[in-house]
Amino acid sequence: MSDETNETTGAGPERVIGTPPPVKSGALLASGGGDTEEYKPGAELDERKAKKDERIVALFFLLAFAASVGFMVYFIGWSGRNGGMHGLERTRESNFWLGGLMALSFLAMGVGVTLWMRRLMTSVPIEQARYDMATDEETRSSLAADIKQGALDSGLGKRPLLRRTLLLAAAPLGLAPLFLLRDLGPLPEKRLRHTYWAKAVAKAKEAGKPGVRLIVDSGPEASAPLKAADFNTPGGMITVLPEGIYDLGHDALTQIAKASTILINIEPDKIKPVKGQENWTVNGIIAYSKICTHVGCPAALYEQTTHHILCPCHQSTFDATDGAKVIFGPAARPLPQLPLAVDEEGYLIATGDFPEPIGPSYWERG
Amino acid sequence: MTRFTAWRRRSWAGYAVMLAALMAIGVIYAGFSPATDRAEADGTQAQAQDLAKGRELYNQNCASCHGLNAEGTKSEGGNQLAPSLIGVGAASVDFQITTGRMPAMTYGAQVPRKDVVAPFDDSENVEAVAAYIQSLGGGPGVPVVPEGGDVALGGKLWRTNCAQCHNFTGQGGALTGGKYAPNLHDTTPVQIYEAMLTGPQAMPVFNDTTLTPHDKASIIAFIETVRAEPNPGGNGLGRIGPVSEGLVAWLVGIGLLVLCAMWITAKKPKKLKKS
Repeated sequence: MSDETNETTGAGPERVIGTPPPVKSGALLASGGGDTEEYKPGAELDERKAKKDERIVALFFLLAFAASVGFMVYFIGWSGRNGGMHGLERTRESNFWLGGLMALSFLAMGVGVTLWMRRLMTSVPIEQARYDMATDEETRSSLAADIKQGALDSGLGKRPLLRRTLLLAAAPLGLAPLFLLRDLGPLPEKRLRHTYWAKAVAKAKEAGKPGVRLIVDSGPEASAPLKAADFNTPGGMITVLPEGIYDLGHDALTQIAKASTILINIEPDKIKPVKGQENWTVNGIIAYSKICTHVGCPAALYEQTTHHILCPCHQSTFDATDGAKVIFGPAARPLPQLPLAVDEEGYLIATGDFPEPIGPSYWERG
Repeated sequence: MTRFTAWRRRSWAGYAVMLAALMAIGVIYAGFSPATDRAEADGTQAQAQDLAKGRELYNQNCASCHGLNAEGTKSEGGNQLAPSLIGVGAASVDFQITTGRMPAMTYGAQVPRKDVVAPFDDSENVEAVAAYIQSLGGGPGVPVVPEGGDVALGGKLWRTNCAQCHNFTGQGGALTGGKYAPNLHDTTPVQIYEAMLTGPQAMPVFNDTTLTPHDKASIIAFIETVRAEPNPGGNGLGRIGPVSEGLVAWLVGIGLLVLCAMWITAKKPKKLKKS
């Protein structure tokens, strides 16, 4: 190839740097072996068979046309009636017809084109000329000379004042992205450190009560506080929230995501109390954060036979009888335990927040 | 050239290999997808029956594991083989027998659901044993599912308290050590109620004072609604969400695309004859 390149650069029209040199013959296709025999399209085809193949390909194209028309007819005539989709039963039907017809249209077109290529186009090997990727020595040295001359002409070395002030002008642009990062939002600060249990307990204590009642999570309307005597069956489990969390309105879901707690009833003699948390249970009723300390999935697969709490995401397993100690899986810390008590009316209450941040580790938690 | 190499050079061999691979994927998928085991059960309220008949049935079918006095049995190492039935109540007996779990075939991590065997295909016999066990130490009786379950409330309760093990549409899921939460494909409303009330095997208990009968009826209504929903794609693919759907789309879809690519780029038969 290189000899051809040299030849063209010598005699051909003026070249622009970076474009391939003009080809001598002007034809992109060259027949096999490099001889100059003229190429006749379709010369090797049997014309009778070709006619038949032509009709087959045309049939596929007609099928594609019919399917496309069918798609539009279905969309306007049936799927669009009564103003659109109605119910899962209709979704199934429209999925079938819209998807099926569109797939048929594209498939028939593709099959037609492929058959056309396979049966009616040439099977003669085609040689496509390629050239060296690198530019020739002459062009490269001329470019280098141009750059050197430009640098010399600008006086970058001779005039340091200009060089330095230009660098100074560009420096703030380099720092600009830091300001963009800062604008991504405030740091989470202490919001990850506490759950709504803290605020709810503080509110209850202001009102002269010993703690906040636990409600069975049944949505904003139906959630009701739970009595210790009602949650009395060993092996029992239920998801609870602090009373009043649904009054938060828009913020309620965010707070529920952090404050979700599982309440478990274990035979009291099976519980090994954690040091300093001995009186945090009520008659074998014990409460743990539902948020896994690994990456924050809801860990609530409780097996009443083994007293294991399992996280469905990565199989972290916690022992509910032993302060939710990690006994298997990637979680690094036990599930935080909620301090429980009973108020004078017999309702289960929480007397404080979780002693440590719930959920997975984060930057400031350390 | 060996015979195999010759076979591989045939023009259709590539397609055959591809098809075989696709079929293998299909067979493997079928092997892993949850099989449905059918069992019909008739939840009827336990009445005071002839206790003598119940005791006789118990001694014939249950006592070998649970003990002649329903006190349970332990292995020589002290591990529990079969639990005591004193105080479990008629609800538990009805659940275990009508779902075919009891009488169990063998000890293991979990007793699977199976077809109900004789003599318990007759609901009178189930009632008799249930009444006998009830007479030993009380416990929850066979419940009646109240009318008027609220599907929305049931869905909320299901997602917060049940979905973690049984999946959001009741397909079941794995637990530890070979245990699993079974699917709810064929479970009757009474059986669902009994399961919540008694906490069979590893399942926690949801007693009537924690989840009220209305809450339970709502959960049952939710499950029945979800079960009745059609699959918009034609096949639910286990209804476990985008994982199985994506797997099928990638394996089958990409398999078909590969077949197409092979066809488009394959050498033409004409040229094959010449060489």
